[in-house]
Amino acid sequence: MIEKKVDIAIIGAGPAGLAAAISAKTEGIDNLLIIERDEHLGGILNQCIHEGFGLEIYKEALTGPEYIQRFIDEVKELGIPVMLKSMVMELNDKRELIVSNEEGLHQIEAKAVVLSMGCRERTRGMIRIPGDRPAGIFKAGEAQHFINIRNYMIGKKVVILGSGDIGLIMARRLVLEGAEVPCVVEILPYCSGLIRNRVQCLEDFGIPLLLRHTVVDIEGKERVESVTIAEVDDNWDIIEGTERKIECDTLLLSVGLIPENELSKMAKIAMDEKTGGAIVDENFMTSCPGIFACGNVLLVHDVVDYVTMDAYLAGKNAALYVKDELIKKPKIEIKTGPGIRFMVPQKIALEDVDIYMRVLEPGFDKNIIIMDGQEVLKSKKFKRVAPPEMIKIKLKKNEIEGAKEITVSVE
Amino acid sequence: MDNDYDALVIGAGVIGCAVARELSRYELKVALLEKESDVCGGASKANSGVLHSGIYSAPKSQKARLCVQGNDLFSKFTQEIGVELQRIGKLVVARSDKEIEELEKLKKVGKENGVLGLKLIDVEEVRRLEPNIRAQCALLVPSAGIVSPYKLTIALAENAWENGVKVFLNSKVTDVSKKENYFDVKNDNLTFRTRWLINSAGLYCDTIANMLGIERHKVYPCRGEYLVLDKSYDHLINHLIYPPPENGSGGLGVHLTPTMEGNILIGPSAEYIDEKDDIRTTKEAMDKLNVQAANFLKQLPKDAYIQSYAGVRCKLIPKGCEASGDFVIEEDEKVEGFINLMGIESPGLSASPAIAQMVVDIIKSRETLKPKDEFKTRRTGRRFGLLDIKGKSKQIETNPKHGHVICRCENVTEKEITDALDNPLGVRTLAGIKYRSRATMGRCQGGFCRARIVQIMEEQYKMGVQDITFRSGDSRLFIGRTKDLRGNDREES
Repeated sequence: MIEKKVDIAIIGAGPAGLAAAISAKTEGIDNLLIIERDEHLGGILNQCIHEGFGLEIYKEALTGPEYIQRFIDEVKELGIPVMLKSMVMELNDKRELIVSNEEGLHQIEAKAVVLSMGCRERTRGMIRIPGDRPAGIFKAGEAQHFINIRNYMIGKKVVILGSGDIGLIMARRLVLEGAEVPCVVEILPYCSGLIRNRVQCLEDFGIPLLLRHTVVDIEGKERVESVTIAEVDDNWDIIEGTERKIECDTLLLSVGLIPENELSKMAKIAMDEKTGGAIVDENFMTSCPGIFACGNVLLVHDVVDYVTMDAYLAGKNAALYVKDELIKKPKIEIKTGPGIRFMVPQKIALEDVDIYMRVLEPGFDKNIIIMDGQEVLKSKKFKRVAPPEMIKIKLKKNEIEGAKEITVSVE
Repeated sequence: MDNDYDALVIGAGVIGCAVARELSRYELKVALLEKESDVCGGASKANSGVLHSGIYSAPKSQKARLCVQGNDLFSKFTQEIGVELQRIGKLVVARSDKEIEELEKLKKVGKENGVLGLKLIDVEEVRRLEPNIRAQCALLVPSAGIVSPYKLTIALAENAWENGVKVFLNSKVTDVSKKENYFDVKNDNLTFRTRWLINSAGLYCDTIANMLGIERHKVYPCRGEYLVLDKSYDHLINHLIYPPPENGSGGLGVHLTPTMEGNILIGPSAEYIDEKDDIRTTKEAMDKLNVQAANFLKQLPKDAYIQSYAGVRCKLIPKGCEASGDFVIEEDEKVEGFINLMGIESPGLSASPAIAQMVVDIIKSRETLKPKDEFKTRRTGRRFGLLDIKGKSKQIETNPKHGHVICRCENVTEKEITDALDNPLGVRTLAGIKYRSRATMGRCQGGFCRARIVQIMEEQYKMGVQDITFRSGDSRLFIGRTKDLRGNDREES
């Protein structure tokens, strides 16, 4: 066993991990370590070759690799140590890690830990699509890796289930590669990806989006030969007689992302069932002192710019924690009320703070209302709200002064 | 002659592999033919993986005798091939007065079959053993256990190979004919000659028997579907949890099966079907399994399924028949040298070592078999992901590639992937890697590691895009390289 002591261990070198590392380093912490299981820095952005990244932060539309390269370059310039092809096998609440790589097992003691493991894709098994189990069924992000990184073409005629952003991006990508995408099928009554992706990836390419539809059967002994789609009612039950068979050789699944919190659970960090991530305070610190979380492992973000912003804060606060400069302030709970799907942070000090949330349903002319008990502290009007888009609200110290328990809802 | 054998086994399921391996102890030239691209392609991979005790089958039946005998043999059997067996015990639980009566009957049958240690336990004891299970009382069956059915079958085949058995994959038997004192067995491109012919073709055992004019038995396929729970729920149960069996239902009833890897299986359903290879899963069965699991479990976790699958039972009795039917294990009375192993459904896995011995005994009754001077056994330790810290550390010392984790959910290492690719049978499919290494079997179902495995196949094994398949040659993952489709467009325009 190789033993090591670091000030901050950062688990995962995607956009969250790299930004956290840069910010911790800038805050004066030198004994940092980024631990990454893949052989490259950058995480999933390496395969996101479409543009649209960085609009918030850089005010320009970068591709995924361009966006993340800025962070990779900075990490290298700052000389931040990195362990690649290294897998964190264990983490406990005392911030001790066991890491496996080709050198052997490493036992790492960290004064602070930043969790930035990202998320994984939901699978066919989770949503229980019946039928045959042939080749030709891919998760959208997996297909994106095969096409953009390995240059394998996954099929000629591809039905896509789920209108999440990756599904939409992949619909366009497949068409550009010469494949046919007969339709994107979505069980919800609205598109679950961003509007710009719906317009640029589906509408501009004439790909139909079938709302309130799902895949009910897969056929093919060796390779997918067809899928059957059907309309669903409000309870997602199949409406009989609406079944329709579509010949295709591939089914792509873009049916949601799950924060990869196996390590967080191992460390017995308190979790939020709604986000699927850790419960954090305004400093992005979890229930385990010294363990911070940011990026998609905390909650699935819509755009990477917000991941970067979170992660800068998480990294900075981890550094402050190590230096014993993170001021302990009394916290109150901030809860989701009607209409809000999830929100972070879940605990805040009564200071200026940004809160991020997603709504349950799309709507027009809605107010996000911040309440302390029965008292309205703040109300912010939105022309349009939609589940795919994260909503960020700034709470000022003077707006929440004296609050006991804050609830956020949509009206 | 090259393709001249003393014994030829048709079908590389658990029975065929166990028989071939048992025969490889002797100075015999043995061939094992399998129509699929790998061994364990049928029912042997898609069952509960339960070592049965022998409480279900009618006293004096082959099923009862071979199951009890097989259960006895199983510890040594699995040790010799380096496969783990855990005798975790079974609870057959009663949730009504009628079911309590059934437990009494089972206990009686079990005792008559020679099953040891059976004990009726009361509600308090059930609660102590299984706090998450609803039951009024239960029958405790301590000799029941769990084993990975595909690991077992693959290990048997590979150990048979190590002991000289020739294994032919993608080798569907198209014709069998009886000559004077041998058989000619044909596949698509070869003719094999053998003195002894063993029919362990599973669901297709009747097809093979028909080739020799034997039409006494017909196979009625009966599908069983399963749901697989995420391993984070492994604490829900400690034993196999069964209902009392329902006569004529086609199966033993939907049960909860812990597995060595922590995933609890829910199933199987029982549905007679028309096509033997119809291993589709259905919404109806999945919904039913979900309900039936809820009948056992006080709290059924939501959204906890990671996969579903189905296997097909090889039944010799049609739907609606009250009797459960028996194994047919015999040298055919008319066709000398033709040993039929038919209708080997549950408890076939448990009976496999006993069935293999029985086949050898049939041959021994007719000729003297000389044991080989050296018979190789196998020693394989636990896989990396299941080792403790010390074990993991040691394993990386033996080969640094053990330190590189490829499958993150199940912690399968690069060395384990290449070991799987280097299997002696020459199987180089994603399913072959999956069943040998466990990569892609975790909660993300290959979301990340499948691409890394393909990369290893491409870079280290120089496999081309057409060669990367899930199972057989037609189950290709890719249609080619990117730009291939665009290239065609341009040529046309």
